[in-house]
Amino acid sequence: MNQTILDERKSQVHRIGEEPFAMACNRPSLAGAVSQRACVFCGSRVVLYPIADALHLVHGPIGCATYTWDIRGAISSGPQLHRLSFSTDLQEMDVIFGGEKKLEASLRELIQLHSPKAAFVYSTCIVGLIGDDMEAVCRRVSADTGIPVLPVMSEGFKGNKREGYTAACKAMFRLVGTGDTAGISPMSVNILGDFNLAGETWIVREYFRKMGVEVVANVTGDGRVDDIRRCHGAALNLVQCSGATMELAKMMQEKYGTPFHRVSYLGVEDMAESLYKVADFFAGHDPSIKSRTVELVRAELSDLMPKLAELRTDLEGKKVAMYVGGSFKAFSLIKAFRHLGMRVVVVGSQTGTEEDYKELAEISDPGTIIVDDANPLELAQFIKEKDVDVFVGGVKERPIAYKLGVGFCDHNHERKIALEGFVGMYNFAREIHASVMSPVWRFMPRRSPARAACAAKEAVNG
Amino acid sequence: MAENYVSTTNACKMCTPMGAALVFKGIENAVPFLHGSQGCATYMRRYIISHYREPVDIASSALGEKSAVYGGGPNLKKGILNVMRKYDVSLVGVATTCLTETIGDDVGRYLNEFREEFSDLSLPELVHVSTPSYSGTHMEGWHAAVRSLADQVVKDKGRAHGGVNLLPGFLSPADYRFLKALGERACVRFTMLPDLSETMDGVIWDDYHSLPDGGTPVAEIRAMGGAAGTVEFGMSGGLPESAAGVLERKFGVPARRTAMPIGLRATDQFMDVLAEFASCDMPAKDAFDRGRLLDAMVDGHKYIFGKRAVVYGEEDFVVALCSFLGEIGVQPVLVATGAKSDRFKAAVTNALAEVCQTMPVIRDDADFKDIEDEAAELNPDLLVGHSKGYKLARAKNIPLIRVGFPIHDRFGGQRILHVGYEGALALYDRLVNAVLEKSQDECPVGYGYL
Ligand code: SF4
Ligand code: SF4
Repeated sequence: MNQTILDERKSQVHRIGEEPFAMACNRPSLAGAVSQRACVFCGSRVVLYPIADALHLVHGPIGCATYTWDIRGAISSGPQLHRLSFSTDLQEMDVIFGGEKKLEASLRELIQLHSPKAAFVYSTCIVGLIGDDMEAVCRRVSADTGIPVLPVMSEGFKGNKREGYTAACKAMFRLVGTGDTAGISPMSVNILGDFNLAGETWIVREYFRKMGVEVVANVTGDGRVDDIRRCHGAALNLVQCSGATMELAKMMQEKYGTPFHRVSYLGVEDMAESLYKVADFFAGHDPSIKSRTVELVRAELSDLMPKLAELRTDLEGKKVAMYVGGSFKAFSLIKAFRHLGMRVVVVGSQTGTEEDYKELAEISDPGTIIVDDANPLELAQFIKEKDVDVFVGGVKERPIAYKLGVGFCDHNHERKIALEGFVGMYNFAREIHASVMSPVWRFMPRRSPARAACAAKEAVNG
Repeated sequence: MAENYVSTTNACKMCTPMGAALVFKGIENAVPFLHGSQGCATYMRRYIISHYREPVDIASSALGEKSAVYGGGPNLKKGILNVMRKYDVSLVGVATTCLTETIGDDVGRYLNEFREEFSDLSLPELVHVSTPSYSGTHMEGWHAAVRSLADQVVKDKGRAHGGVNLLPGFLSPADYRFLKALGERACVRFTMLPDLSETMDGVIWDDYHSLPDGGTPVAEIRAMGGAAGTVEFGMSGGLPESAAGVLERKFGVPARRTAMPIGLRATDQFMDVLAEFASCDMPAKDAFDRGRLLDAMVDGHKYIFGKRAVVYGEEDFVVALCSFLGEIGVQPVLVATGAKSDRFKAAVTNALAEVCQTMPVIRDDADFKDIEDEAAELNPDLLVGHSKGYKLARAKNIPLIRVGFPIHDRFGGQRILHVGYEGALALYDRLVNAVLEKSQDECPVGYGYL
């Protein structure tokens, strides 16, 4: 009865050139299919987590909090409160009689203990079922403690990660507009959708500093509550990773008229283009910003390109498969791999939209496999079918690649190496180089099947 | 005495269904199946993979809003069918989550309906376990799953085969491997339930396997009723009737309970139990290792004597560690577990009674906030536990001896051996070296000899 791609999933896989583009996506995960997807709560947690001076309280049983304790490399230059894991740890009696009392008591003691600038309270599946009125509890505690206490409606079963992003944006939007915008430069931006993994936001901020652009708020990498409260004072929102914070940008545009640009800090072209976009935006105000930006990019590139060229000689022609959270990142990565002379032959994402996939299909080479919401067996099949040299994905994908003896690059939230900006491109190239060039792959059974068969026989015969 | 908080900060426990999922990962060709929303399965997979670095497929019925209102039966059935289509599965272990427990899904009934509806197919063994995560920790989930297997898969006494059922609790793949090899050395046929030795620490592949090799074969589980006895490590999370109890009541298989064999005395005890069932003497290897362990305990006693340790983690595991630490002269000063347990204090006290003069602070239902607060006054020299204690270790500049699960910040957690004389020896070396390393690092001039 074995069958790698379930019939119901066939419409979520597309091979470029084989048929006209058509793809189903944004479907709920199939029961029993071992999806790589997470839940609404996960989406909210991912977005809000880096706000370092806020209290993040998970209202629910313990698991949801345990599994998200300090899991991401979103670093803070100051407070470290976000790295603690707080839970109401609901028990049977709370489930029967309601968890509001426990939530309220938890909030009060934690706020007293940690003096946060704001508190986010995440609802989990069970809270949605027992019907706790989180809104009311938050309002009461907020009134008494004088800090914003924001409910995040992230019941896991109410959809996938995307709904979680929305819930997070809604929660943050309640903060926006509550701070004083005096003294903000007319040449100012908010950095949306960057999480400061391995200090990436700092790299980007440094570029803006050199260009003469003020960053009002990081949303949310190395984020601070007070910055978010006044971020409606910025002249422009820069949105990276379309899924996560786009909605906040849209809400701000509607209410405060703040325009937004989509940007990406990954890869050479996208990084440079993003800076030029910002320079163009402010050129009317300060024409010299353009030459400053050109100079900045030139200096960075003259340092980077020779180093990349060196690595490229080893990497030329190698094949890549990637499976990422949002498809937006995939665009940047495809371009980045072209710089290294490598070919992307499989692209997938957990949460792409039909539009995203169409665009991906347009910029990918013929024969490339495009997949939505894949599972381990499918990914393994694609890796073999395309005989890839390196797989780019998150930690859940790593064993799939490694078990088959294929190089792997973690391009997810746990990465410890900065991959953004020009310096990030170099780090990325080195990371890929280290994965592809290690001598270990040549010993893998996939490459020397005869010996593997021998070994297996010996094992059986004892 | 630290304050009692309503909330939990940095929990020292995982949730119930995760324990059950791990047990099912130790059955040959089994797929753990979480009946609930998708997120739980994904989170747990991620958590488990970070420790074992192996593929961990856990299916989910991926309930959405509708099923939360109308019940998850249809999704559960559809999900099992999909698992059957994709995997050559011999057992599906269904564990509930808070969601399905709260909406009151009757999984046993759904599975019966499923068996009838699809009686024309060759169905895998379907086992269900109730694991509401708001009562208990991953260990309650673990023991409940083992019990469900014994209760639902073993249908009759079968032929008496003279083998021994071994229910080892939650150990490392290296430990399970050790126990299996020990059985072979001692000429005892073990049916070890579960067996994560290969499934969670496997070899490289040339082709992707939908399921890993290894695990307790379902046929062997079915035959557990015919065993000469059942040996169960630990206290089974305080279940009114443990898996060994079920086998004893239903099929008259005598149940023996013994501590996890960590350290000298506990391993001695286990060896005695083994000798009852064995048809040969204590294996030479183990006799040698015992001697080597004693020899090392003499060689190293001065370095380690009187060192103050904080020990935390799962109930049975912590009790066993304390027993070992006590016998090598380390003084546990704080012993904590995340589980609520009224047995814990007595068990720790009992393990230390012979070897320690003062009893440690003993806390159940503890989180890392409690542990940190308590530890503040206790001046510990060592932390012994899983990698979530790192924050405390760093803050206090105390060496952390990583044992158990999860090890998320070091390599090779799945290969740490804890049990048997050999495991004790390995732990002993690590403990002594941690003390030496610290004093060497802190010595202003360094030194080249101990
Ligand atoms: S919802 Fe329950 S079962 Fe799921 S992760 Fe949270 S605690 Fe565990
Ligand atoms: S699906 Fe629900 S219970 Fe599971 S992790 Fe997400 S919020 Fe928690």
